[in-house]
Amino acid sequence: MSLVFLIFLPLIAALFIPLLFKKLGRIHTGWFVLIVPVILFIYYLTLLPTTLEGGTLVSELSWIPSIDLAIVAYIDGLSLLFSLLISGIGALVVLYSIFYLDKKREQLHNFYVYLLMFMTAMLGVVQSDHLISLYLFWELTSISSFLLIGYWYTRDRSRFGALKSMMITVFGGLMMLGGFVLLSIMGNTYSIRELIAQAPELAGHDFFVWALVLILLGAFTKSAQFPFYIWLPDAMEAPTPVSAYLHSATMVKAGLYLVARFTPIFAVSGTWIWLVTGVGLFTLFWGSFFALKQKDLKGILAFSTVSQLGLIMSLLGASAMGFHVENAAETVFKYAGFAAIFHLVNHAVFKGSLFMIAGIVDHETGTRDIRKLGGLMSLMPVSFTIAMIGSFSMAGIPLFGGFLSKEMFLTAMLAITEFDLFSMDVWGLLFPVVAWIASVFTFIYSFYFVFHTFAGKHKPEELPKQAHEAPIGMLISPAILAVLVVAIFFVPNFVGKWIVNPAVAAIQPFLYDSPSDVHVHVAAWHGAITPELAMTIGIFLIGGLMFWTLRKWQRSYDAFPDKVSLNRLYDHFMYMSDGGANRFSAVYMTGFIRSYLVYMFGFFFLIVLSTLFLNEAFAFDLTDLAPIGFYEIVIALALVGGTITILAAKSRLTAIIALGAVGYSVALFFVIFRAPDLALTQLVIETISVALFLLAFYHLPKSSKKEERIGFKVGNGLIALGVGATMTLVALSAHSQKILPSISEYYKETVYSEAGGGNIVNVILVDYRGFDTLFEITVLGIAGIAIITMIKLRLTKKEGQHENK
Amino acid sequence: MEIIMSFVIGFLFMAAVYLMLSKSLIRIIIGTGLLSHGAHLLILTMGGLGGTAPPVVADGVSVSDYADPLPQALILTAIVISFAVTSFFLVLAYRAYQELGTDNMNLMRGTEDND
Repeated sequence: MSLVFLIFLPLIAALFIPLLFKKLGRIHTGWFVLIVPVILFIYYLTLLPTTLEGGTLVSELSWIPSIDLAIVAYIDGLSLLFSLLISGIGALVVLYSIFYLDKKREQLHNFYVYLLMFMTAMLGVVQSDHLISLYLFWELTSISSFLLIGYWYTRDRSRFGALKSMMITVFGGLMMLGGFVLLSIMGNTYSIRELIAQAPELAGHDFFVWALVLILLGAFTKSAQFPFYIWLPDAMEAPTPVSAYLHSATMVKAGLYLVARFTPIFAVSGTWIWLVTGVGLFTLFWGSFFALKQKDLKGILAFSTVSQLGLIMSLLGASAMGFHVENAAETVFKYAGFAAIFHLVNHAVFKGSLFMIAGIVDHETGTRDIRKLGGLMSLMPVSFTIAMIGSFSMAGIPLFGGFLSKEMFLTAMLAITEFDLFSMDVWGLLFPVVAWIASVFTFIYSFYFVFHTFAGKHKPEELPKQAHEAPIGMLISPAILAVLVVAIFFVPNFVGKWIVNPAVAAIQPFLYDSPSDVHVHVAAWHGAITPELAMTIGIFLIGGLMFWTLRKWQRSYDAFPDKVSLNRLYDHFMYMSDGGANRFSAVYMTGFIRSYLVYMFGFFFLIVLSTLFLNEAFAFDLTDLAPIGFYEIVIALALVGGTITILAAKSRLTAIIALGAVGYSVALFFVIFRAPDLALTQLVIETISVALFLLAFYHLPKSSKKEERIGFKVGNGLIALGVGATMTLVALSAHSQKILPSISEYYKETVYSEAGGGNIVNVILVDYRGFDTLFEITVLGIAGIAIITMIKLRLTKKEGQHENK
Repeated sequence: MEIIMSFVIGFLFMAAVYLMLSKSLIRIIIGTGLLSHGAHLLILTMGGLGGTAPPVVADGVSVSDYADPLPQALILTAIVISFAVTSFFLVLAYRAYQELGTDNMNLMRGTEDND
């Protein structure tokens, strides 16, 4: 079976969903959808032995061969790991949604079409080996996520959250596209494999740091890193299956995937290590710190997702350090890459289950407000057990998968302090300290989440519904995930060997030749009190103490002013860009014709004059001039006099007469300059024009007939002077620099012999250049028809006084 | 002569632009009329004003004495086109007076709703 085809399998299935929904409405549409991820999951499982030996699979679908575009599915350890997560958790989420969404009240066909679209997009992102198709699928995840967040589109908050996530992730996506383009220019290929192969040559390129930063922007926005995490809490307006699937297990990990995938290319750079590790660690702290401020169950989980993504991000950054260390595969630096992937798997598993539990609580009590909840332990024992397993894993407590990855995380952060490149030896000490503090907060919010929901006093009077245990179907998926959480703790090395090692070998090809070279043995007990174990014990003690006193100090969060939050900044930015653009346009778009003419004329003479003088194009040449005659001077004076009269005229009638005088002077010029046909035409046309002007003048409305001289306006005068001077200068320069002789000699010589005429102008008009004349006649005809139409058609009057319509 | 004509043309353009910037519709149209006069004279001048005979074949006139016929043909076309456009504008202005009752361009702005 072709791998590329499998990427599109969910999309093809999506085509049939509306039909199934309409025709077989009695059966919940989700059951049909469930088949797709299950097939995919089973198929991807069969590929595990291949990647275990370091093998890869490639399948290519040519798209636009002439510009080297193709959709290339490339499976190695990393993409297989993600594909398994996507299809596996996808299947569980679909199963959960079958019981979560009501088949009568919800528009299931929309929901599942979007979900399947997302599945294709996500599989495409993780399997693409082609930069452009990776970008294509990347944006498709943004769009399908937008649709899913806005699924309940009648709610304002949903639409707001959908738009916000769209704006931020698409901003990052576009930046990433820029990085991809730079990268493809640097390496002269679109294939990521080939780029990795030539990674050493790329590092010295001018674009290298640009490409690095732009691609990281894409990854940071998608994976909700600081300061771009703000869309994720608002995306919690989506239905809970969506939150569980997109905003914890898959889509937000696309950025992590991107960082992991490009580590072999960028690991050589100190900028990369600092940015990825630093931003990741800061996000880890920020997310865990503010998770405790949240009152909404899904809000807590959103911030905890942000925080955990930061954790994985910082580990990925640390994994790039292995590139700079001699014999890294034998030292502590080997842990970072392994820990990142291991925690990624852990997080997908426990966070998925926690979201599902939050959805169950919401579904069965009618609220997600943690202040109203409490004491559900006895009412919902199964949900409580699952939530406790997930939370304890998140907090890093032994017997659950999270403990192991937390240990390795601390190991990796401690290892950074021994790293002596890029001034890490100075700042390195900050890393384990920040990591430790963040872990304490993680511990507290994990307990806050589970115990403030399920323990304490039951408050039935505040709940919209009578709380009771969820139906068994809804509990299947989170239960499976909870079992996995525990299983990972007991067989970590099985998971490590089959799933994590191939992915690590793909991230750190400079360290390992094949997955079997990754010798990281995960053990819950190292046989002695290691520093990381001491740190973990410290986390439990301090965290436990702080959780005990949570009620006393949680209020201090209210002291953080809302006004300086990042959300306010975003809102303000959106408002400013909207209103600012509006105000900016209003400044110059005045609606007055005069303003626009001023811009046009002003720019005309400024640009022409500056071009003329910057290029030193101005020339003045007195040779080849016609002699100055007496009559010419007289006519020129008459013309100038007429023009001055127009400008100075008090009444419009004078202006019109003076315009006529100017026209006749022009006709006289034509006579003097030996252009009889022009003189004739000009005389006739000037006469008709003046008659028309008089007609228009006669019909002036009574009210505005008040004759007034136009007062002199300095601004207008300056613009007019500029244009006039420009025209004079252009005319002088053009006349002084004739490069080629005229082609008129040909017309003069052949007018009789070739065309059989004597009047050269007329022969040119109807013979040599007859097409001009044809269309000039057309212009005249159109003007005539237009005038008739304008006078005859009076639609607005007949329909009554509908002005402006 | 071409130097003087360049200045006359520049003056015509200046007057035309000044009129087009005013708020009365009829003055704007007068401005366009002046502008087309300026353009026509510019074409003629740039062709050279040196010919001593009109471009009509006659005995005893050598080829180099004719005025350049090509700019004249171009101007003839331009005159007709500018006439067509001017007459259209004038009728448009006339209709605008009838419908709107004003010739003040500043009043012909539409309302804020139309923006």
